[in-house]
Amino acid sequence: MAWTFKDDRPIYSQLVEQIKIKIISSEWELGGRLSSVRELAEQAGVNPNTMQRALAELERDGLVHSKRTSGRFVTEDEDMIKGVREAVAAENIAAFMESMKRLGFTESEIMDEFKKAVSQQTV
Amino acid sequence: MTEFVLECTGVSKKYGKKEVLKNINLQLERGKIIGLLGPNGSGKTTLIKIINGLLTADEGDIKVSGEQIGIESKKIISYLPDRTYLADWMKVKDIVGMFDDFYKDFSREKAEDMLKRLNINEDDRLKTLSKGNKEKVQLILVMSRQAQLYLLDEPIGGVDPAARDYILNTIITNYNPDASVVISTHLISDVEKVLDEAIFINNGEIVLHESVDDIREKYSTSVDGYFREVFKC
Repeated sequence: MAWTFKDDRPIYSQLVEQIKIKIISSEWELGGRLSSVRELAEQAGVNPNTMQRALAELERDGLVHSKRTSGRFVTEDEDMIKGVREAVAAENIAAFMESMKRLGFTESEIMDEFKKAVSQQTV
Repeated sequence: MTEFVLECTGVSKKYGKKEVLKNINLQLERGKIIGLLGPNGSGKTTLIKIINGLLTADEGDIKVSGEQIGIESKKIISYLPDRTYLADWMKVKDIVGMFDDFYKDFSREKAEDMLKRLNINEDDRLKTLSKGNKEKVQLILVMSRQAQLYLLDEPIGGVDPAARDYILNTIITNYNPDASVVISTHLISDVEKVLDEAIFINNGEIVLHESVDDIREKYSTSVDGYFREVFKC
């Protein structure tokens, strides 16, 4: 997935979010080695210090870890990735609910609309 | 190595009666990519020229890596002027040779490698190159030095968006924790993702010097958006 950035938030936090999704979706494999900070910065078209800051935050969360001489790796802890996946899903649902409520839908109406949309999609 | 790669203290400059820089105080750390952002006529180019020793300040003190402006400071500054100054009858390889002779910190290998990647033929004369390619050659020359301070005056002004991406990528890949890069421009949205810090300059005064992500955090808008707010006409 290509990197995209919105205007209203810091770039490093958007990098953190997008890297989380790369790990959850296995675009970055379990236990896989990360490219260097400079390579990742170039791919994303961002400042190397900003990329460094995002990776440091992911390291603090335990999603990536560094081995002293051989670079950074994605965690091998599947349960942790599962947990992050659920957390990201919950955030997406909360954002969806909020925008639907802003359109004037009640919770039960949202459920109905959602079911309708899903059934139309699967047909 | 000094903590700051550049320190300006109380720098002022007048052209006749017109004050173009008013009491500029500025400290730049190493390992940063910094945007010098301001509307036309705000003093960006004047400040860069003073740091380069091409103009002298009326007042104030400037230190580049601890050195006063002079021969020593010029050795460690790599400067991209806002206009072409290279003789256009020269071949690309001759200009590369000239830079190689002139600057101790110039890497011929690096320059040749970058030229090759851009499919620029070193046997071509500068005047036969397109405007975009000419600007790319100049940037390659400047970035092929192992300087401590890069001063790029409007490096992306005259080139198409694809060339802009190439130029910004070149700046990212040449990142060095001991050196800082100052990019002066008014095309903020194009450069903002590669910047650590933004300096807003207006009417010869620095009105803001902050990290890009702090600006986005504080004002919930991009640096470009915030600039438009501050400099609303």
